[in-house]
Amino acid sequence: MGVRLEKPWRPLTAANVAALAAELGVYQLADAEGRVVRIGYAGGRTLFGLRSELQAALAAGEAAKFRTEVTAQYLSRYEELLMVHAADHGALPPGNAADARRRMGRLSPG
Amino acid sequence: MDFEPSEEQALIVDQVRRFVREEIWPLEAKLDPDASRVEPEDQARLTAKTRAMGLYGLGIPPEFGGPEIDIVTQTLIAIETSQHRAGLYSPCFGAFGGAGLAQLYEANEDQKQRYLFPMLRGEKRGFFGLTEPSGGSDPARAIRTKAVRDGDDWVINGSKIFISGADGADFGIVFARTDAAQGRGGITCFIVDGDTPGFYVRRVVHTLRSGHYGTELQFEDARVPHANVLGEVNRGFAIANDRLTRQRIPYAAGCLGVAIRAQEMSIDYAKQRETFGAALSTRQAIQWMVVDNEIDIRTSRWAILAAACKAARGEPFRTEAAMAKLLASEGASRVVDRAIQIHGGYGVTKDLPLERWYREMRIRRIGEGPSEVQRIVMARDLFDQALY
Repeated sequence: MGVRLEKPWRPLTAANVAALAAELGVYQLADAEGRVVRIGYAGGRTLFGLRSELQAALAAGEAAKFRTEVTAQYLSRYEELLMVHAADHGALPPGNAADARRRMGRLSPG
Repeated sequence: MDFEPSEEQALIVDQVRRFVREEIWPLEAKLDPDASRVEPEDQARLTAKTRAMGLYGLGIPPEFGGPEIDIVTQTLIAIETSQHRAGLYSPCFGAFGGAGLAQLYEANEDQKQRYLFPMLRGEKRGFFGLTEPSGGSDPARAIRTKAVRDGDDWVINGSKIFISGADGADFGIVFARTDAAQGRGGITCFIVDGDTPGFYVRRVVHTLRSGHYGTELQFEDARVPHANVLGEVNRGFAIANDRLTRQRIPYAAGCLGVAIRAQEMSIDYAKQRETFGAALSTRQAIQWMVVDNEIDIRTSRWAILAAACKAARGEPFRTEAAMAKLLASEGASRVVDRAIQIHGGYGVTKDLPLERWYREMRIRRIGEGPSEVQRIVMARDLFDQALY
């Protein structure tokens, strides 16, 4: 597993979301240009895992694209993706403003 | 020897137990099952309560502002504070504070001003950087990170792994080899600022413990001033070793607390759950599991309190601490495993804390020195050998 989530983007459509398994994991949402707008995770209290999370994002019209990674270590992976994004772009994605309220760690992933 | 708590200790334990049940359990019910932290406002609220209880900053010596609480009472408290889902690695989400990096109490005055006091005030955070990819159980030999003197500085090169909290820390205590010809006599302890050029937190190390991760560190010509040497040059191993010994008692107490809670859950469930027309608690197979749990719990408790009592008396307690750590981490692992068996399918769901404890307890048999190293420590003492 690389430090970055480098899977191909998929259109955030009802059909693509419905095809997702109800797994725990992390995801990224992007606009039409592929800029990450939010990083999230499907944790142990999510009703149908990644599918539920992405259904909510679709209903909210949050993004044009998404990609996911199934992992039981969703919390540490989520933190890692946030820190990598901050290292690469100098700030968290706009949809993760709430995370900036707490003290974030920093990575130098190289 | 009687390990029954005094009246004062019993009152404190009761107070802490109520805090866990009334403050932590309801809060945790709303969090992700793997969560290891709470929102900042909840953290502040919890800390305000422990301060009001006079129990904030356990482990901080009174001369540095900590409460006057002896190590035996601290151990009894530690047995209570781990009795919740995140309790093994985030007891009460840090509401009782902690000693932080206890090695800094031995720092010189300048270092205390720059690191210790800000840490105690909650303004700075530190990490403990000992383990390396080459090993963690034998730091005297495994440390390959090198520090070379260059004028008023030391230049550090190497890497560390499984280091908790380094990504969010303002500084760290880092052990590096300063004399290649010596074993434990060639290691020096440095205080490294988090913004030191050449110091990098490269990645999160994902483990069974999702909410509380370790990191991998890299040092590439990181220059640290000589003024940041903690203690004496080539005497860093003693600092690391002292920390490892002391830490084993609260580490064991945390394991025991989880085992106690898993046992409570098992007994409650066995009384309620029926199979083939009778409660599980009437089945001999279940009764024996519960009895075996109790044997593991009481054995661990006696060993932990024996170690704490010896430490409180100022006597050597290395063997007792190693025995407590071994018994508690292995015993609690068995207790949690049996508790899952008693709970059946529900035991492995995220609805209950047992599956999290099962994963995290596996790490406890390795962290702070694996069971095999605890046996080595005890064997050395029994054969009256010097550390080699």
